[in-house]
Amino acid sequence: MSKKGANNSYWGNIKDAVGSLFGGLVLSVRHIWEAKDSRTPIGVEESNYFDQKTGIVTLQYPNESFPVPDNGRYRLHNEIEDCIVCDKCAKICPVNCIEIEPVRAIDEDLGKTSDGTPKRIYAAKFDIDMGKCCFCGLCTTVCPTECLTMTKAYDFSEFDVADHIYAFAEMTPLEIIEKKQKLEIYNQEKAKALAEKKPKSAVEDEAVVPKPKPSFKPRVQPVVKREELRKEEDEKKASSAPKPIFKPKMKTIVKKEEDVSDKVRTEEAKPAPTVSLKPIFRPKIKPVIKKDEEKGESSENKAAEEENKAAAAPRPVFKPKIKPKKDED
Amino acid sequence: MSTFLFFLPFLLIYTIFAVYAERKVSAFIQDRMGPMEVGYKGIVQTVADLMKLLQKEDIIPAAADKIMFVLGPVIIFVAVFAGFAVLPLTSGFAGSVADVGVFYLLAIVSLDVIGIMMAGWGSNSKFSLFGAMRSVAQIVSYEIPLGLSVLCVVMISQSLDLQEISFQQGVWINYFNTGASDHNYLFGIKALGIDVTEVGGFLTWNIVRMPLFFIAYIIFFIASLAEANRAPFDLPEAESELVGGFHTEYSGFRWAIIMLSEYGMMLLVSLLGAILFLGSWNTPFPNIGDIRLAEWTSGTPGTIAGHIWGAFWLLSKAMFAVLVQMWVRWTYPRLRVDQLMSLCWKYLTPAALVLIFFSALWRLMMI
Repeated sequence: MSKKGANNSYWGNIKDAVGSLFGGLVLSVRHIWEAKDSRTPIGVEESNYFDQKTGIVTLQYPNESFPVPDNGRYRLHNEIEDCIVCDKCAKICPVNCIEIEPVRAIDEDLGKTSDGTPKRIYAAKFDIDMGKCCFCGLCTTVCPTECLTMTKAYDFSEFDVADHIYAFAEMTPLEIIEKKQKLEIYNQEKAKALAEKKPKSAVEDEAVVPKPKPSFKPRVQPVVKREELRKEEDEKKASSAPKPIFKPKMKTIVKKEEDVSDKVRTEEAKPAPTVSLKPIFRPKIKPVIKKDEEKGESSENKAAEEENKAAAAPRPVFKPKIKPKKDED
Repeated sequence: MSTFLFFLPFLLIYTIFAVYAERKVSAFIQDRMGPMEVGYKGIVQTVADLMKLLQKEDIIPAAADKIMFVLGPVIIFVAVFAGFAVLPLTSGFAGSVADVGVFYLLAIVSLDVIGIMMAGWGSNSKFSLFGAMRSVAQIVSYEIPLGLSVLCVVMISQSLDLQEISFQQGVWINYFNTGASDHNYLFGIKALGIDVTEVGGFLTWNIVRMPLFFIAYIIFFIASLAEANRAPFDLPEAESELVGGFHTEYSGFRWAIIMLSEYGMMLLVSLLGAILFLGSWNTPFPNIGDIRLAEWTSGTPGTIAGHIWGAFWLLSKAMFAVLVQMWVRWTYPRLRVDQLMSLCWKYLTPAALVLIFFSALWRLMMI
């Protein structure tokens, strides 16, 4: 240690040590003496919050506690009378602690919320798991009727973790069943009405069906599709006339599937769909794909590989001549 | 036997209060409250802790040397406890009377180093080994200033017997049948001619008989802190440096034995300091003319009043010293091991040697 005190001599050290040791003892005694004063539970909003400088700072919690400001953002509370069951809070919650089960009201008057919004949905279940809640306040921000608020209650520990799920919905089980049945009946009648309408306009429907396709196709192409969708689309493409661009691909798809399926049968059936992806890229990198497929197989096909390598004429172009240069240094 | 019958229960009860006092004192120094829940203002806290420690699982590390691991704490405690045998509690109760009292005490307390070494080595853990090595270095080094400061007192008193040293520091000096000095002079200087034999009180205490003993007592106090592995010399068991030092691997009752030994050592050196320097079981009140305060507040040797007064004064002085030890612990930061060694060898030992020289001079002036 190079840094030492100002009086770094033998006697200087002793003098400094005695002085500081004694000063330290005086300091401790002063704290012991001041420990007869304790801190009073003053809220943060009081002007004299910082005034007490000495004394014990501990507050013995359950017996004494700081008063919380009225706008403290702690436990959530939902005025279910004002809730229009729009599900915004459940959707925006980052930890998915709100569970809502809505039941649409059919021809019933639920009244209005306190700010005049008409209510149209029953809340069969409106549970908030306070144990998961992260107190971010996003749900209170999006609530259109401001029925969901944060209160200043922060001490709500429970012995059983399931007791943290607060249920705000106030429908009795009988009511829930009633309303659900009503909704069910209404839906069934609606479906019947729709089914009756269908035979009248069957032709119109068929003509209508292919039309949306052109608009969707460009969007889907860059995304990795599921194989069944791919096959369906391929079939549709084949059936629809004005798509000559795709036809050559269709032919080669048929060939490749037969070729590949022989080789791939040694493996599991599952990789077969993945093989059909490759035809799209085949025009560009034919020999590479063959190699990739066969590398996973037995060594029997290594001869075929070598053939492919020989057939890959452009490759030697990329073999730069590596003249052994000697360093001139 | 009397040691076992009196000092062992006393040590246990004292430890319960000392741990509580330590926690409260440390809390007040740190502007907090300390234990408040268990019992009235937390007074039963230590008992609850003791119950917990007794019920804990006895864990011995698989790679530990079993015999050393188990015996280590036992040897530490036995060595420390054996030192209590020669302490004279009152004027009529000298424990295990031995003409070589102080010499025996210092020798047997040194054996706790073996216990610490066994605990650290037998734990088979790096932190334990470091802690044990540092502890051994510290204790062995600080025994020198400790012994030298005790030697100063012995030179003045011309005896190793603690009871005789106690008698010389009060009004009852002539009740002890040896040929040692029969008169106490103010500041020990016969030439001044002020005979305070009949006055007694704090004027006959060793600290006042030889005024430089104030420095000797400070050296004794610092060295005794290091002997007990107490802060600011608690590097061997520092939590932030070495996890637990030599007692890292100990849990439950074995750890309780080590803690008991530490508090026992605190009590032992406090008692020894009180006996050697602060007048032992003698009263601090002097006889002022006809108001025989000294005789009233320390009963005649052999009577029940004498026993009660003697024990009261000695234990009060020892408890005050223990309180100062706790106060010091929570005021000062821990010493680094090289600072520790430097303090011992470069400052305390030369000072103690110089004091020996002056004690010898003083003795010549006392006769």
